Amino acid sequence: MISVDDTVKFHFDVDGENFSSAGEASIIMKKSLRQLGFPQNVIRRVTIAMYEGEINMVIHANGGQADVEISPDEIKIVLEDSGPGIADVDLAMQEGYSTAKDNIRALGFGAGMGLPNMKKYTDSMEIETEIGVGTKITMTVKT
Amino acid sequence: MKIKEIESMLDASFLCGEERCEEEIFSACGSDMMSDVLAYVEDQGVLLTGLVNTQVVRTAGMMDIRCVVFVRSKRPTLEMIELAEEYGIVLMSTANRMFEACGKLYEAGLRGHEQPGDESGDICG
Repeated sequence: MISVDDTVKFHFDVDGENFSSAGEASIIMKKSLRQLGFPQNVIRRVTIAMYEGEINMVIHANGGQADVEISPDEIKIVLEDSGPGIADVDLAMQEGYSTAKDNIRALGFGAGMGLPNMKKYTDSMEIETEIGVGTKITMTVKT
Repeated sequence: MKIKEIESMLDASFLCGEERCEEEIFSACGSDMMSDVLAYVEDQGVLLTGLVNTQVVRTAGMMDIRCVVFVRSKRPTLEMIELAEEYGIVLMSTANRMFEACGKLYEAGLRGHEQPGDESGDICG
């Protein structure tokens, strides 16, 4: 386990062109958190929330950036993109609501579960979004 | 239930990970929507799906799913098989349709998520 004073930071570029590679950053985080000795349920919550975020950035925003900051009592995940923004955040947070097209559903996503899953698996989630500018999502998981 | 019992019950064929056929599976989930699978929280499960793309394997890896069964004789790509080998996930393919494959495993005693009050069980299980 990391010592009290340590903060470990990770930065990832999420490629918006390649659906097949979406989730690679989350898998790297999963391995790293395992190596750092975090409990299984913490690892799972962080990686699922981050994975859903990665998928969202790929299908809606042509990719983006993911930053993870690991401190002894909390893991912070920041996902930032320059995509179209979210028009109605409350609506987007409802299970089953999605603006994804049929081609995305055919890939197994776009069920309207992404943002609700991210909220469900994290201790806090904040969405900053502006139409035509982009979206920044900050999530924390207490360890 | 052992992975090899699932293979035999579904008359399936291994595509990778056959050496892990003695591992125990405790729960099952059938879905083509990966976000529904990500809402599911059981350990050591099997995923039955008709979806074929790399995100199926990545979702399974994220959820610590031990085994993925492709229904209706669907075959994963080489990229998916390589990813599954890297993650240590067993892949198999069966000619059974989703409903029949789930029914056979259910009849043999395998269950989805059963804890009352946990809504994730309604989504997938």
